[in-house]
Amino acid sequence: MRSKHVKRVDLIFEKIECKTVLEKIVGMKPDDICQEILNSDLKGRGGAGFPTGTKWRFTAQEKDPVKYIVCNADEGEPGTFKDREILDQVPGKVFCGMAIAGKAVGAKMGYVYLRGEYKFLIPKLNAELDKFHKTMDEFNQNFRIQIRLGSGAYICGEESALFESIEGKRGEPRNKPPYPTSSGLFGKPTAINNVETLVHTVMIMNYGADHFRELGTKDSRGSKVFSISGDTPKAGIFELELGMTVDQFVNDFGDGDTKAVQVGGASGFCVPRKKFAETIIGFEGMPTGGSMKLFNSSRSMYNVLHNYLDFFTEESCGQCTPCRVGCQQLLKGVEAVKRGEKNSKYLDELVKLAKTMKRASKCGLGQSVGNAFGSIVENFKEEIIY
Amino acid sequence: METIIENELVKELANKHGRLRESLLPILQDLIVHKRFLSRQDMIDVARELNISAADVYGTATFYTFLDTEPKGKYVIRICKTISCAMQGKNEILATIEDILKVKLGETTPDRKFSLLETNCIGWCHKAPAMLINDTPYTELTPRTVTEILREYIKK
Repeated sequence: MRSKHVKRVDLIFEKIECKTVLEKIVGMKPDDICQEILNSDLKGRGGAGFPTGTKWRFTAQEKDPVKYIVCNADEGEPGTFKDREILDQVPGKVFCGMAIAGKAVGAKMGYVYLRGEYKFLIPKLNAELDKFHKTMDEFNQNFRIQIRLGSGAYICGEESALFESIEGKRGEPRNKPPYPTSSGLFGKPTAINNVETLVHTVMIMNYGADHFRELGTKDSRGSKVFSISGDTPKAGIFELELGMTVDQFVNDFGDGDTKAVQVGGASGFCVPRKKFAETIIGFEGMPTGGSMKLFNSSRSMYNVLHNYLDFFTEESCGQCTPCRVGCQQLLKGVEAVKRGEKNSKYLDELVKLAKTMKRASKCGLGQSVGNAFGSIVENFKEEIIY
Repeated sequence: METIIENELVKELANKHGRLRESLLPILQDLIVHKRFLSRQDMIDVARELNISAADVYGTATFYTFLDTEPKGKYVIRICKTISCAMQGKNEILATIEDILKVKLGETTPDRKFSLLETNCIGWCHKAPAMLINDTPYTELTPRTVTEILREYIKK
């Protein structure tokens, strides 16, 4: 009989001697570091899943003498709280990952952009940062890190909005291209990585790419820290091997009455019970920044959808029309259907609108509103109408 | 002729964070720590100090939820209203606080000690419902614990 439990992993929170890793990378050629990360097949853990080694190599190839490393700690996706725990428990490993990235791409300066909601972590992070800078001095490395705070704007987790915010402006996303690897923070080549991604690079440099590749599947190597909440007896933070099905996940973390799992937060997809077995959690199936929210049969999926739409309506930066007006109209639309002012066919119109938003919005926010909207409306239509 | 009254706090913060455009957010964030909101005059003074337009300062400030431009209480309570907290009894917590402070959501107590607001996900979904009082998170709230927490703040 197969175990009811999904395999637990302990890499991200494992206490290791960062000094040893730093000593090792100081003597390495930048391109060898990029190659090791490429060999591991590590993909970004913030949600988008871009190969980390490729990002670093692109940045390394830029000729500009000034480059930046940015750690994206603007963890705002509803249902995601793993980066807070990582920063709280192993901040030294995050800084170490930034130093590795700095060495790999040739950057002397790194920024941590921490969401304002996590300001309480600052004293601890500053103390750890002092230690980190002393270690850098010991190794004659001039890589330095500054911490910048957000002020309660979800959109600043979008990389180009985050740059705007560090630069002291409204956090409005930029047009792409150019991509951050060629023109990022202050217009300079920038490697921006999620907190967890950076810690993975430390472990890859520590244990080797092969060790990392032993876990997961062909398309989703390694482990991932999941933020698990909602109707579950085991809410919390768990590092799990990638490649499990939603079914396996629910058998382990469900309360016996799970009717749907929202994978990837408000900008992710809703997986209904009938699709649990066929849905793989990973880049070949349902990618996630780590948010796993379970809903049991007592929950109204209309309320869930309404809550998400309310969230997006408030957090849309308002810069582009498809997203600004689209979010408002989706919210008004489902309310009108619920009140019976619009018939059920109107939902089809709203799904079309969500698809238009996906194509026409400037950044990931507007482009992903349709994920939750489409998947909830498709699978729980009756709950939206009645 | 316009007389400029020195704004010591703004000057001090500009000395601390610098006078570049990138210094703007850290300065505004520190003003919030001191005053809990950005007054019209403070924004004008920051603009002068950084040699940028007041519209730029106002435009930037109003983009960010935590940079209030209306007067707020000494303690700003932000209750998370996103899905996990909403599912685990956020409304009950809100009602309890409204009852204790005798204010409605969005209001500030007449003594300017507390403001009561809602906010989007603050990253404590596994310990819902949660809230922030200024920068301090409080989690796994119940009507009883939130009453105790507020009682401590009322004493302060």
